[in-house]
Amino acid sequence: MKAIISFIAVLILAAIAYVGVDVLNMQYIFGVVIPYLAVAIFVIFMIVRILKWGSSPNPFRIPTTCGQQKSLPWIKYSKLENPSGVLGVLGRMALEVLFFRSLFRNLKTQLRDDSQLTYGEAKWLWAAGLAFHWSFLIILVRHLRFFTQQVPAAVQLVEMLDSFLQIGVPLLYMTDAVLLGAITYLFLRRIAIPQMRYLSLMNDYFPLFLIFGIALSGVLMRYFLKTDIVSVKMLTMSLVGFSPSIPQNPISVIFYIHLFLICTLFAYFPFSKLVHMAGVFMSPTRVLANTSRVKRHINPWNYPVHVHTYAEYEDDFRDKMKNAGLPVEKE
Amino acid sequence: MAKLPKPEELSKIDYTPPKTSWMDTPVVFKEGMFCHGSKPKSLDIVGFPNPRDWRPADADWKLPENWKEILLEGIAERLEKYRSFRLFMDICVRCGACADKCHFFIGTGDPKNMPVLRAELIRSVYRKEFTLAGKIFGKMAGARELTLDVLKEWWYYFFQCTECRRCSVFCPYGIDQAEITIIGRELLNLLGLNIEWIAGPVSNCYMKGNHLGLEPHTIVGNLEYMLDDIETVTGKRIKPTFNRKGAEILFVTPSGDLFADPGTYTCMGYLMLFEELGLDYTWSTYASEGGNFGFFTSNEMGKRLNSKIYAEAKRLGVKWILGGECGHMWRVLSQYMDTWNGPADFLEVPKSPITGTVFENAKSMKMVHVAEFTADLIKNNKLKLDPKRNDHLNVTWHDSCNVARGMGMLEEPRYVLKNVVNNFVEMPEDTIREKTFCCGSGTGLNASEDMDLRMKGGFPRANAVKFVHEHYGVNMLANVCAIDRATLKPLMDYWVPGVNVCGLHELVANALVMTGEKERTTDLRGEPLPGIEQKEEKA
Amino acid sequence: MIHGNMNLNHYLIEKKSAILKKWFDAVVETYPHETSTFLRKQKAQFTNPVGYTLSEGIEHLFDALLQGMIPDTVSRFLDSIIRIRAIQEFSPSEAVSFIFQLKKVVRQELGKEILGQQGIAEELAVFESAVDDLALFSFDLFMKCREKIYELKANEAKNMTFRLLQQARLIVDNQD
Repeated sequence: MKAIISFIAVLILAAIAYVGVDVLNMQYIFGVVIPYLAVAIFVIFMIVRILKWGSSPNPFRIPTTCGQQKSLPWIKYSKLENPSGVLGVLGRMALEVLFFRSLFRNLKTQLRDDSQLTYGEAKWLWAAGLAFHWSFLIILVRHLRFFTQQVPAAVQLVEMLDSFLQIGVPLLYMTDAVLLGAITYLFLRRIAIPQMRYLSLMNDYFPLFLIFGIALSGVLMRYFLKTDIVSVKMLTMSLVGFSPSIPQNPISVIFYIHLFLICTLFAYFPFSKLVHMAGVFMSPTRVLANTSRVKRHINPWNYPVHVHTYAEYEDDFRDKMKNAGLPVEKE
Repeated sequence: MAKLPKPEELSKIDYTPPKTSWMDTPVVFKEGMFCHGSKPKSLDIVGFPNPRDWRPADADWKLPENWKEILLEGIAERLEKYRSFRLFMDICVRCGACADKCHFFIGTGDPKNMPVLRAELIRSVYRKEFTLAGKIFGKMAGARELTLDVLKEWWYYFFQCTECRRCSVFCPYGIDQAEITIIGRELLNLLGLNIEWIAGPVSNCYMKGNHLGLEPHTIVGNLEYMLDDIETVTGKRIKPTFNRKGAEILFVTPSGDLFADPGTYTCMGYLMLFEELGLDYTWSTYASEGGNFGFFTSNEMGKRLNSKIYAEAKRLGVKWILGGECGHMWRVLSQYMDTWNGPADFLEVPKSPITGTVFENAKSMKMVHVAEFTADLIKNNKLKLDPKRNDHLNVTWHDSCNVARGMGMLEEPRYVLKNVVNNFVEMPEDTIREKTFCCGSGTGLNASEDMDLRMKGGFPRANAVKFVHEHYGVNMLANVCAIDRATLKPLMDYWVPGVNVCGLHELVANALVMTGEKERTTDLRGEPLPGIEQKEEKA
Repeated sequence: MIHGNMNLNHYLIEKKSAILKKWFDAVVETYPHETSTFLRKQKAQFTNPVGYTLSEGIEHLFDALLQGMIPDTVSRFLDSIIRIRAIQEFSPSEAVSFIFQLKKVVRQELGKEILGQQGIAEELAVFESAVDDLALFSFDLFMKCREKIYELKANEAKNMTFRLLQQARLIVDNQD
């Protein structure tokens, strides 16, 4: 049910773009106004969100230690799993962000009694997650060609590598296929595994469908419903240069659908779970080094508390202490 | 006559949950799965809110009129105070990686024991009250109203989490359910919704210095019993000191070690080791608790109880502090103490008087774990050990959650262990070190009335022990945690009869050859040492 | 399809994997839906001990039945299953009902044709009576497990009071 509503919501979004552009001829709204608005929402509210996180302190140093601590010099400690300084934390975060280290832990193979290696669903979660995020990033990088007059060499290199299979005309980008495949998997596991279905919310299905819609409209545009690329670039460059104008040659409506879904994603982003993109860099159990015994960590809101002092304790028990031969402060 | 159900009906009984979503499935309190509510006296002593007689299974929890307001304000306050809380409310993507990592989920099969869902219990209310999307879209955005049912659900499930952090190890964003449970319990504490098994020890510890409520003369008395036993085994009379000013080292251990077997054997181990070293140390009856049940009620209470350790070190004028074997004690000490009650600038950087080793890793907090201390002794050849005395034992090692995932002390105890026993076997890889399974009774859930819960939660741990018991004949489960020593014993009794539980320093003391001791014929438990019976027969 | 003069055991061995699968499903169905798929991932001995113990347990029980109830095997594996079910909020009848399911599963799997063969009915009666024995035995085990739980509870209380009594002269309660 939650999945169906999310699916319909994305369909409606696509329909809005279609009607708006194809029927109502609101190219300027959909090509200029909404994109600016969406990017503005994204930038402003992401900053707000991050500042909000940042405004709450880390009162305590609470890394999850996943390896040997640094203690006695002759005991080998785990620099990456239990970092004792900035370098270790950087390494730990790099592994986490680039390779999903913690998720990887999930699929640690298990040796059964009969010595057969068995892998669980965990492997696929890690692989699909990684495939999804990396192909999304590469696709994003490829799109830079629309926002730069001279396409940077790095972007061209990425494009070349991405299409090295040399299939089809125009050349198939592997990441397009990988992204669609990965996202399909991530969706299916939510539906197929009962415990996943039980805990999934609309908030989980909607972004999946939305990104699927974005990828699908992009693929349609590139491979099937031809679009005037030159005009598209004119439009995007005019947006980047803050002198927006809709090109003379009409751009097909599939482009506007693609663009509108992207705008939705941008505007939705800061209010959704997708903020994990920024949040992962601030997670106290990962970004704090395990140094609380070496260096005092300050809690900015630390305040004095009521304690039961030794003097009060001795007052309570003085006679008993004396009888037991324990030293006392006051006779 | 009542209609008899058929077997297949029986097995499909309404144990299957309603098809409603988890948000609309109110909690059912099941016998054996929760602890008694706190007594008014226990709350009163430390000034906790809403002291009253109440029972968790009752419909009326005798809450203050404005309980909802109190909770929402409490959440708002903690969002400002803890980045962890704020972040963990926002960034979970519900990938499910944590779902089957929780020992309570594995053991109970209750979907709300999946860490992600346990967090959603509070997250759903956060969305409703603190996010725009939740306010506008309500349930569609995963938001729900805070009702009495929701509150009861919080209570039931936040006391079915031992803050063991295993889920956090597997989370791609490091979301730590322990952190959420800690804050969840703090919120419940605002309404006086504590459990007596925590509240009682807290008030004891506040007034008397330790969870068990042992008064100064009782502590001395208890140690006397142990000294008698040590004399029986070794022929040596040890005379430890208490509250002695000018000692070099203050020794603090969980009070469980003073009270019940098998913790007492561990305690005897400390006594014998320190005696053999001629350590200039003292016990304290005021700071007679290393553990901290206050930490399971609120940050503030944790700090209040913890304050005694530094205060006593200062009063006695010691140079540094040595800490005994305990789990959550060391999470609190290593990640909280210095921040709460430091700086301990009146102490010196801990330096072993025996080996001269300076414990740079405790430079600021000035407290050393006894396993670190002993590992250093053995590495420097300062102990005469006869591991053959432990040959009747086939030992495996249980990493305690807090020591493993809130500190990272994995190798030190293993190094000690390998030097004091000849037979040591590791449990399967997925169940040790940072992936260790909880005993199922931590964070104050080691009461008797929730025995079913404890047996379920401890099953993954017991199952791994059973494996090494059956395959390698393991008969001793060693660890460095007082709660483990108390709770793994019944856990083994139920799941793996034939496996006993001990602390690390019990094994150390068994192997320790003391100067001037008589020839030992038994271990600390009074069991004959291996080879002794045969010898007698020959003679 | 004509089978020679095969006896019941042969059929049961032939259809072992199908029977075990169905039997396992019947056991797992006694758990909530969200949990049951997790339990079905039987291979993870240490990360899914409940599922593993159930699936391994019923296989050995089935083998034991075929080989005429080897007491050691039966008590070991029946114990491991019942021990789990005894703490999982099942009533006694619920906890042991899965044993009876085996009869139904076997009849389904054998089918009318085989059941109609000469001599099979008698053999089946013997087999089913063995299953009944298993069920009776599991009642005993269930009760033992529950008693154990109460014993553990009582022991903890006893340990506490023992110490308190021992130190009665030393300990006083917190002042009201």
